[in-house]
Amino acid sequence: MLAVAEQTTLTEPSLTVKPKREMISVQDLSLVFPSKDGDVHALSNINLSIKSGDFVSFIGPSGCGKTTLLRVIADLERPTSGSLKVNGTDAEDARLNRLYGYVFQAPALLPWRNIKQNCALPMEISKQSDAHKNKQIDKYLQMVGLQDFHNKFPWQLSGGMQQRASIARALCLNPDLLLMDEPFGALDEITRDHMNIELLRIWSETQKTVVFVTHSIDEAVLLSTHIVVMSPRPGRILKVIESPLPRLKTLALRDRPEFHALASEIRSALAHEHAID
Amino acid sequence: MKQKIFSFVSLFIIVIAIWYLAALIMNGNQLINNLERKNQEWTYQQVISQAYEVKRPMLPAPHQVGQELIKSIIDKPVTSKRSLIFHAQITLNSTLLGFVFGSLLGILIAVGIVNNKTLESSLMPWVIASQTIPILAIAPMVVVVLGAINITGVIPKAIISMYLSFFPVTIAMVKGLRSSDKLHEELMHTYSASAKDIFWKLRWYSAQPYLFASLKVAIAAALVGAIVAELPTGAQGGLGARLLSGSYYGQTEQIWAALIVAATLGSILVWLVGLAEKVLLRRRGELTHA
Repeated sequence: MLAVAEQTTLTEPSLTVKPKREMISVQDLSLVFPSKDGDVHALSNINLSIKSGDFVSFIGPSGCGKTTLLRVIADLERPTSGSLKVNGTDAEDARLNRLYGYVFQAPALLPWRNIKQNCALPMEISKQSDAHKNKQIDKYLQMVGLQDFHNKFPWQLSGGMQQRASIARALCLNPDLLLMDEPFGALDEITRDHMNIELLRIWSETQKTVVFVTHSIDEAVLLSTHIVVMSPRPGRILKVIESPLPRLKTLALRDRPEFHALASEIRSALAHEHAID
Repeated sequence: MKQKIFSFVSLFIIVIAIWYLAALIMNGNQLINNLERKNQEWTYQQVISQAYEVKRPMLPAPHQVGQELIKSIIDKPVTSKRSLIFHAQITLNSTLLGFVFGSLLGILIAVGIVNNKTLESSLMPWVIASQTIPILAIAPMVVVVLGAINITGVIPKAIISMYLSFFPVTIAMVKGLRSSDKLHEELMHTYSASAKDIFWKLRWYSAQPYLFASLKVAIAAALVGAIVAELPTGAQGGLGARLLSGSYYGQTEQIWAALIVAATLGSILVWLVGLAEKVLLRRRGELTHA
């Protein structure tokens, strides 16, 4: 029911794209987790540049470091070596300035708060006024289609609704950068399609930068402007593919040859690596 | 519900049956000893018929305790010194006061321990040691010392209740305050939340299920503390005083009646804490099964 409404707006591309600047810059970054059975090279010599307004997906098999790389950007892990700039500052400053919103794989809603109170949490912490809080919550709950559920507690909602609430919560702070770690991984395919289209709409309306971790090739193709293909042992970047598809995509695009061409390019990049493995 | 009532009633009947049997054996032996001392003849029939009507029995039968309960609860006005309600209310006062202070102290110590590693290593051994000392040894000293500085009445008893009830709260809250979900902690980290925000918006709530579990133990312990405190103090009132005077005069029915009132009071208090828990935590969806 949501996707139908989306399709009409999606055909009109937003024309007022902000000038691009470098949002994330990673140089020779490595992260080693020491362990008893030898060091684990979670990330090895990562070089990556993400421009503002881009939608970048990290894709690869489990253990390729895609989540770790996202966590390093979010200052949830510290790199062993190399440099990382987020919006021109280091990752810790970016976090302290609340530059980004992070969406975890699980909704991570606080069970003792209702949906509205959950969305209010980051704004309470950054000490925003009640009027502003209410305005933001109303706006983003509406955006994710949960306006009628604001006084429900997390356990009263389905998994998909909980994840939508967690996205609304991340958006409420209005961050320039959205970091999303397989946010739709636990959802069924139908809900996932809805969520993908909604996310595209939100991204195009707000012109945020999105960094998105996924292990679904279709999802990466449907959403991204850039696809970063990664490989495990050690975690490294194999290839960065710039999508030739338009920024604003629809579900119907999945039946088009361009879509399949891009998907097969990703698949062969992944498969090539596995042949060596 | 039906099954609950059935199992409760069956267990109740079994307990009463064992009680009657034990009363028969214990009081019967007493009767036989008395009769033999007087070189009188006796028969089992005689013993069985008299075992439940002995004055000052070793173990009063349930109906004798029942009669004592009726006599001291219903027949006496609440203001009478022979009313068990009067005594129960005196014990309840110090129980509640001690419980409130004990819980607050317990939470305070736990917050200190969780926030400060040195406090954990310095305070925790004392907290544990405090509970290895028999309360019966501590209670008279507390009462005497406080009496010397003119603190008498409910306060010394409440302090002993507090002494017993802070411990489970401390232990549970140390664990509870550390029990928050790792994901939620990372979420707070991404918001660059202050330690104060992390405590009040996350840890405090995560600890609540632990808190309520420990409050149930604490309120029962507070009741025990209040009763024990009334034993050595020559207290004029309270269930402890009633137990003590019962044992002075060999009034076993009085002792058992006081014990039953204490047990009932304890059950009601624990139930009330459980009710508060349900009301406060139900909305979290964690108690929907309860």
